[in-house]
Amino acid sequence: MFDTSAIAKAIFGRLTWESLPLHEPIVVATFVVVAIGGLALLGAVTYFRLWGYLWREWFTTVDHKRIGIMYMVLGIVMLLRGFADAIMMRLQQAIAFNGSEGYLNAHHYDQVFTAHGVIMIFFVAMPLVTGLMNYVVPLQIGARDVSFPFLNNFSFWMTAGGAVLVMMSLFIGEFARTGWLAYPPLSNIGYSPDVGVDYYIWALQVAGVGTTLSGINLICTIVKLRAPGMTMMKMPVFTWTSLCTNVLIVASFPVLTAVLALLSLDRYIGTNFFTNDFGGNPMMYVNLIWIWGHPEVYILILPAFGIFSEVTSTFSGKRLFGYTSMVYATVVITILSYLVWLHHFFTMGSGASVNSFFGITTMIISIPTGAKIFNWLFTMYRGRIRFELPMMWTIAFMLTFVIGGMTGVLLAVPPADFVLHNSLFLVAHFHNVIIGGVLFGLFAGIAYWFPKAFGFKLDPFWGKLSFWFWVVGFYLAFMPLYVLGLMGVTRRLRVFDDPSLQIWFVIAGIGAFLILLGIVAFLVQIAVSVLRRESLRDVTGDPWDGRTLEWATSSPPADYNFAFTPVVYDNDAWWDMKRRGYRRPLANFKPIHMPSNTATGIVLAGLSTALGFGLIWYMWWLAAASFVALLAVAIGHTFNYHRDFHIPADEVAQAEGARTRLLAAGT
Amino acid sequence: MTVAVTLSKGAAPVFHLEDEHAHAEGGSTMLGFWIYLMSDCLIFAILFATYGVLGSNYAAGPAPKDLFDLPLVAVNTSMLLLSSITYGFAMLTMVKGRVGATQAWLAVTGLFGLAFIGIELYEFAHMIHEGATPQRSAFLSSFFTLVGTHGLHVTFGLVWLATLMGQVARYGLIEANRRRLMCLSMFWHFLDVIWIGVFTFVYLMGMLR
Repeated sequence: MFDTSAIAKAIFGRLTWESLPLHEPIVVATFVVVAIGGLALLGAVTYFRLWGYLWREWFTTVDHKRIGIMYMVLGIVMLLRGFADAIMMRLQQAIAFNGSEGYLNAHHYDQVFTAHGVIMIFFVAMPLVTGLMNYVVPLQIGARDVSFPFLNNFSFWMTAGGAVLVMMSLFIGEFARTGWLAYPPLSNIGYSPDVGVDYYIWALQVAGVGTTLSGINLICTIVKLRAPGMTMMKMPVFTWTSLCTNVLIVASFPVLTAVLALLSLDRYIGTNFFTNDFGGNPMMYVNLIWIWGHPEVYILILPAFGIFSEVTSTFSGKRLFGYTSMVYATVVITILSYLVWLHHFFTMGSGASVNSFFGITTMIISIPTGAKIFNWLFTMYRGRIRFELPMMWTIAFMLTFVIGGMTGVLLAVPPADFVLHNSLFLVAHFHNVIIGGVLFGLFAGIAYWFPKAFGFKLDPFWGKLSFWFWVVGFYLAFMPLYVLGLMGVTRRLRVFDDPSLQIWFVIAGIGAFLILLGIVAFLVQIAVSVLRRESLRDVTGDPWDGRTLEWATSSPPADYNFAFTPVVYDNDAWWDMKRRGYRRPLANFKPIHMPSNTATGIVLAGLSTALGFGLIWYMWWLAAASFVALLAVAIGHTFNYHRDFHIPADEVAQAEGARTRLLAAGT
Repeated sequence: MTVAVTLSKGAAPVFHLEDEHAHAEGGSTMLGFWIYLMSDCLIFAILFATYGVLGSNYAAGPAPKDLFDLPLVAVNTSMLLLSSITYGFAMLTMVKGRVGATQAWLAVTGLFGLAFIGIELYEFAHMIHEGATPQRSAFLSSFFTLVGTHGLHVTFGLVWLATLMGQVARYGLIEANRRRLMCLSMFWHFLDVIWIGVFTFVYLMGMLR
């Protein structure tokens, strides 16, 4: 007798027809919409014969600018997914009163809140932050590219591979139901025997490799490739905060890698790191993951601080107030971010002394952060402020972030934390700082640097609409959560008994709806700007009267960024050049040495994703085959010694000549 | 990059470099690889910390004294230390541009590395045979993970070593290959340092407990 189930098991591992969530009408409907949208997109790309172009010019590119843009696209696409989760939770909580179960069952709801957190942090905030750093930092320091251009492409595709795994979990199997940090023992095999946590682990591991490598890459870029004359204390503040962020990435993501590896050993081979028996200790996991997790918060916020610094200085028409103190504040925050992790679990029971230490270090962080706020305010003081979109986001940030900072200091008091721990007050606090800080910063950065990347400004009307929907929506959505938290409502609840709470959840739901309008307005803004690009066109390359080197070159910059390497004498190098009558060189162009495109990055990341998929579903043959292929492709790649070429001098002359004519026509 | 920029009074400032002294290819590689090693070091730090916290949770199972065979570990340690020395000799001959000698020393290094892995696998098999499996207790989970991760690194280093020997055989000691040998050299010595930590904190101090 031939046993077909054994063969099916050998081929498909744990994957069966039952793994497909056909019993969840919401997921099925989502799948239909995504499938139709996806097919339409693929059809359009095929119809317009764009595959070759996309492959040659984008997927295999090693140009930091294009990789940066791909990160931004990834982040914005994932924002839509993460926000869909958010508004589903808001709707569920607004209606699950008076005996109603709402419309999401517990199994689904728990996945939704886990996926929301994971996606928003790892696949929205991280790609957007990395994308901006990738795009802007080499331009700000007058470099041709990053230190390791191939690695940059590989890093991007690893991040995208992680995102693909998370998206797969929506339609094949399920995602973790553990909350975004997957604490054991809940995440251990005994309580989460299904594939959800494995999706979580491998998505983060694959993406984590990309993040770590991109961190190393940007550190080397900033340390090694600065233009002559740009000493450390003459670097633009965004470059400084990027440097600190990437130091944090390299010094914290390995911790995540290690702790997730230990969790997967517990799940796959039955070790006893985080179990409750045989000497395991679940609190070890909580400690380790927050040793990564707290620096991660600063990985996200520091680049935003950098963006606000650039924007405030540019739109106030003044040099940044207190540059040196800004740099030191950034460095101090970088160091302190390693000394506060325990404030995420004061209730663990480590005793009064330990809790006091971590409470105090946490409060100390508010000092350099406060210094930054004052620096921005003093930069604006007596400046000629232009209330363009990036500046509006900056002001909204300052008002909102201060509230979030203060509730943070409140939570840093251990006795208060014993009351507020795990409540909606905490949820309101971290959304207050992440939306009000990171997201507002990213929107400011997108509005600020979009004309650099594409050569035309974003439409201000739709941008302002998006701004007001976001800001008002944010306050409506999260201020009620503070109130509810103070009343003792804990997070991650699906149904409620007390009908008097409902009004607050309804208000929060309305806020989430306004944020939805804000996201729609943002997308419309991009579409409208593309359609109206001729009237929004900027030929100068310097639409905001900028101060740093990225505005010295054309918009979008040529592949080689700068025809000649700039020489720096002062902070705000471009401002200095403009002030002292800088003239663009018009002749004597030289050939420029550039890295070649390669498909190795996308192939390696694709194989890593397949490896992850094989491990998630126990398809051991797939895991083994992709691992061997991974090794073979990586080794094969090292036998390619010809990874660069020269852009001939007359091509450079042609490109620069075209710009000269444009500039002449523009004035 | 350190180009001294001074602005002499009265002279019009020069805002760009006329002559591009091209960045030496791979100018950031050593720094980048060093930073990678530090990130790897952090992974080991976490594994050491985990061993430090869980290493005495025997769960009524075997303890280090019941399991560790110090003479065997000492032989193993000497294999790895000798491989570091021979790698150093390979680098010395590389600087002199002697391909044959470099390859020979790399091969010796590889043999010592293989011996190290072989002895470690023997030790693991012996322990597992006695029932001291990674599943037995948190102590054994963290022991196998820490020592095994180091072993995996050495295995990976051996694959890398073989690849590089192939590349040196094919292309000679060109600039790119020298850079790669330097990276592997750092990696190899780094694993040596980690092993000294393992030997001290896991084996020696384990026997003292």
